[in-house]
Amino acid sequence: MNDFLQTSAYFGLALTLLIFTFSQKGSKKFKFPLFNPILVSAAIIITILVTCDISYDTYATGADLIAKLLTPATICYAVPLYRQIEILKKNWITILISVTSGCIASILCVFVCSIAFKFTPEIYAALLPKSVTTAIGIGITEELGGIVPITVAVIIFTGIFGAAFAVNICRLFKITNPIAKGLAIGTSSHAMGTSKAIELGEIEGAMSGLAIVISGLMTVLLAQVASGWI
Amino acid sequence: MSYLFQFAVIAIISFIGEILHFLLPLPIPASIYGLVVLFVALCTKVIKLEQVEHAADFFLSIMPVFFVPAAVNLMTKWSVIKNNLIGLLITCIVSTILVMVVTGSVAQKLISKKEDEKNE
Repeated sequence: MNDFLQTSAYFGLALTLLIFTFSQKGSKKFKFPLFNPILVSAAIIITILVTCDISYDTYATGADLIAKLLTPATICYAVPLYRQIEILKKNWITILISVTSGCIASILCVFVCSIAFKFTPEIYAALLPKSVTTAIGIGITEELGGIVPITVAVIIFTGIFGAAFAVNICRLFKITNPIAKGLAIGTSSHAMGTSKAIELGEIEGAMSGLAIVISGLMTVLLAQVASGWI
Repeated sequence: MSYLFQFAVIAIISFIGEILHFLLPLPIPASIYGLVVLFVALCTKVIKLEQVEHAADFFLSIMPVFFVPAAVNLMTKWSVIKNNLIGLLITCIVSTILVMVVTGSVAQKLISKKEDEKNE
């Protein structure tokens, strides 16, 4: 059976799509933040693979079909960016300077923590894109030779944490302007934070959405510079 | 505009991204080249929004499913994570708070400065 699965082009694909749709339905029902559809489906799929003694490579034969579509999907971020072009033009100096400052802060923080916790270069490279959206983060880590699954895990954790505490953090540090709030949430906790920002207001949501793409692009450039540090 | 045509446009841009990734000696992913190419094409009206809009919204709406295989791959990297778990969690929490505060404070300062200039 295992020999057959290894050659199957669709086993991993079918399993992923099936489990993900169920997880997505489940996470809509339970509004608990750790009930993230990506985490839940990964946990279920891992459990199935381990119990049935199926290797990751066997699963990946079919699942690679999905992974290959990540490049065209990431390219599509150009569309929401283009839709917001008027806001972008009106506030471009504020957006560019604040988002870049945030990206630099993220990279310096990862660098200091990596030294403090003695992370290997592969983990360090995986952490560099931790605040950006997963699609761009995976690309950055692949290029820098980091451990991609770690990138996915830390990005999801960052998103969950950021979305859960964004309101408290902004209040504590007296970030009250809606544009500033949106940029802060989008730069620090990407798409998951943005779903929270949309709840706060229209300006917050739009700014947060813009910050996802701008911070992603900035981090592509900054991570190259920082990758040689460890 | 038909779905198939829209997917074709996105596929062509993905291919252009791959070509740029191959030709330019920078460690920038093909997807980022593609994103910039599509954005510039939209801004210069080489590609109209209607020519990619529906397919793009579809891709963006199902985006999370693309990350599941990489997350499942955690099973092969579990030992690395287990050995660094506390450090990874602290790094995530500290840097998320820091980035939020830095970005928000800088933006807020710039905005109030701009408003002051207007009022003068």
